[in-house]
Amino acid sequence: MKAKVYVNLKPGILDPQGKAIHHSVELLGFKGIADIRQGKYFEIAIDSSVGEDQAREAIGRMARDVLSNPIIEDYRVEIEA
Amino acid sequence: MKFGVIVFPGSNCDHDAYHVISKHVGQPVDFIWHRDTDLTSFDAVIIPGGFSYGDYLRAGALARFSPVMNEVKKFANAGRIVLGICNGFQILCEAGLLPGALIRNRELHFICEHVCVRLETSDTPFTWQVNPGAVLRLPIAHADGNYVCDHATLDELRREERIVFRYCDQQGNVTEKANLNGSLDNIAGICNRERNVLGLMPHPERACEELLGSSDGRGIFRSLAATLAAAAA
Repeated sequence: MKAKVYVNLKPGILDPQGKAIHHSVELLGFKGIADIRQGKYFEIAIDSSVGEDQAREAIGRMARDVLSNPIIEDYRVEIEA
Repeated sequence: MKFGVIVFPGSNCDHDAYHVISKHVGQPVDFIWHRDTDLTSFDAVIIPGGFSYGDYLRAGALARFSPVMNEVKKFANAGRIVLGICNGFQILCEAGLLPGALIRNRELHFICEHVCVRLETSDTPFTWQVNPGAVLRLPIAHADGNYVCDHATLDELRREERIVFRYCDQQGNVTEKANLNGSLDNIAGICNRERNVLGLMPHPERACEELLGSSDGRGIFRSLAATLAAAAA
């Protein structure tokens, strides 16, 4: 089983890296790009002995307590069989 | 009175803090390895600057899980003195001992220069021997010093006079231009509600000797030493 965790800055939190990337993308000639926000992506391999509900609970806790900082970031968890 | 300087893998201002306490404060000081869990012999703990755990994940995020941090929380909650400088400030925020977070500098650059900060309140054990409004010239050296928090927290920090330092110009005016990293409300340092935990991005420990360009940081350590001496008396 695999878990995917996406961590992004909350809307309204300044993302200077995303802005710099956006700027470069425009310099390269890409048109119509309204905004770019940079986030983090985690792939977590889970032992086959762990049940899906248990994995979902544990990864959710991990995402909240470690992988993200709830003051500035939101997260989303996906579990793949 | 005894000071402890916590050492994480990647701390690099631990010796600066040690030097200032032993030479300028003239008090006993020991390093505390991040796996140690006994703080009973210390009267104050300094979390120094550096790049604990290489700033992996987020600045300060992994250091917060080091064994010593549970003890630092108990130490702080018992009303004892905790000073977090630069990476130490980031760690204190990640650990929830101070509100808010420090994100990437507005202009993305790592900024390494002397800046001016205005002392906003003398009502802390770290600043009571310095006049409020005093402009201190202190070095900063960070990529993630852009302080953010939600509106409610900012209101609370202002109302309770917990914003201890603000970035300012040489005359003490709090301007956007002086706010090099883009911090909310020019915040350079804050304290907790009980006022025994202070975190700041500038490095007062690197500003205690004229040879290093400024000795404006001494007032902070002088205040701290006087606080502990009074507590011991």
